[in-house]
Amino acid sequence: MTQFYRNYLAVAVFAVAALGMVGAMLGVGRLVRPNRPQPEKYIAYEAGSDPIRGFGQSNVRYYVYALLFVMFDVEAVFIFPWAINLEALGVSALISMIVFILVLTLGLVYAWRKGVLRWA
Amino acid sequence: MMLGAGDPLLSGKIDLTVVLIVIGKTVAVFAFLLVAVMLYIWFMRKVIADMASRVGPDTAGPWGILQSLADGIKLFFKEQSVPDSADRRVFFLAPYISLMTAFLAFSIIPIGGQVSIAGHQTYLQLADLPIGILFLLAMSGLGLYGVMLAGWSSGSKYPLLGSVRASAQMLSYEAAFGLAIVGVLVQAGTLSTRAIVDKQAWTGVGSLGTWYVIPAFVAFVIFLISAIAETNHPPFDLVEAEQELVGGFHTEYTGIRFAIFYLAEFMNLITMSAIAVTLFLGGPAGPSLGFLSATGAVNTWLMPVFWFVAKVMVLLFGTVWLRASLPRLRYDQLMDLGWKWLIELAFIWVMVSGVIIVGRNEGWNLIAVVPLSLLGGLGILGVLRASMPNRSELVEEIL
Repeated sequence: MTQFYRNYLAVAVFAVAALGMVGAMLGVGRLVRPNRPQPEKYIAYEAGSDPIRGFGQSNVRYYVYALLFVMFDVEAVFIFPWAINLEALGVSALISMIVFILVLTLGLVYAWRKGVLRWA
Repeated sequence: MMLGAGDPLLSGKIDLTVVLIVIGKTVAVFAFLLVAVMLYIWFMRKVIADMASRVGPDTAGPWGILQSLADGIKLFFKEQSVPDSADRRVFFLAPYISLMTAFLAFSIIPIGGQVSIAGHQTYLQLADLPIGILFLLAMSGLGLYGVMLAGWSSGSKYPLLGSVRASAQMLSYEAAFGLAIVGVLVQAGTLSTRAIVDKQAWTGVGSLGTWYVIPAFVAFVIFLISAIAETNHPPFDLVEAEQELVGGFHTEYTGIRFAIFYLAEFMNLITMSAIAVTLFLGGPAGPSLGFLSATGAVNTWLMPVFWFVAKVMVLLFGTVWLRASLPRLRYDQLMDLGWKWLIELAFIWVMVSGVIIVGRNEGWNLIAVVPLSLLGGLGILGVLRASMPNRSELVEEIL
């Protein structure tokens, strides 16, 4: 195993411990908690009235934001390596990134003007 | 590119002692996090009570300090109910995702300096990943799945609405959050949390100026706002707005499963404060006790941890203060703040600090170049805002 990956060992140990901890909490809970099933307990909560099944509506705008986010997520792929290496890369990298960000901003502005960022 | 050298503990042969030290650190970090969450919840309730002229928890233990522990133990004994309409497999999976990502995100935080245990040199931090900050972003991104799947799999209306809100909110602020971090990385030139902390090491009062809170103040402010929005804490707690959504995404979770979400939520808050300390406030850097030996146990073990905890506590007090003072934002205000202000400001900041870094190497006249680039950025922002349709135009459009 190379030096590069060794530090992930500690993270792996930690992940296993965290998994065990959640499992233990749920396991202990299972051992000590009461279980008195009644059908009324398993109705989805809806302010006390009987729930109407098959409801799956939510505002579509939430998804538009998720789509817009993809734009910035892709940008993050480029901007992180750029930020780390900026000192070595110098002026050309700075100018390329300014152009890149301006293009990205245009995308945001387009969405903005289209009214995508307008709620309600 | 500077790949952090990594923890010296893991650079040699891995024998039994090394494994034991790693396990010891794991246990220590677990204990630290759990105790910190327990105390934070108590502290939050006590401070808010004080701010509202109430007494707050005062029965369990001295000053009610064991209240959260009592609440936690109680929740173990509560019956579980899973709605018939729930997708059971995902419903049971979601708490695991939430709490595990909350734990893992903390693993890269440098809690103290370099110490020697049983002849091995090691950092007081669980792991020094070369991509530390990216790992944090990955974990905070994955944490979203816990919230989203919990709400979706409940098969109930309020949790679904809560989780959809959560996804949109956390995605939106993830963009500003990442860009604020880039505002520091441009100056630090590394992703390893240990290397970032080393660049802010304490060498006297003058080293306060190297703490990135000063050279990257704008990024610090953007970071704090978006970090609180990322963790769904007031005034950004629209995910579980009680008046509208009952409990939000965890409405259908009872007993110990609810406790796991609750734990994860506060753990994330502590992790975010710790990250803010690491990135901007020098991490464990701080003056050591001059009258004791510089290589003694107090100054190598205790003081860095003390400074780290003290700084985290100051930020955590700030979050409690926000909770007690500010009303919740409306959803459109939340989205406007994220998309129309924070992202643009973060972009401008990244550009300006890029100009500073490159200009310093190229020998530009920074006093002329920096205000010029700042004006340029703000100018572009101004033109964009002016080109946006105003309210009256919008009304015409709709009519």
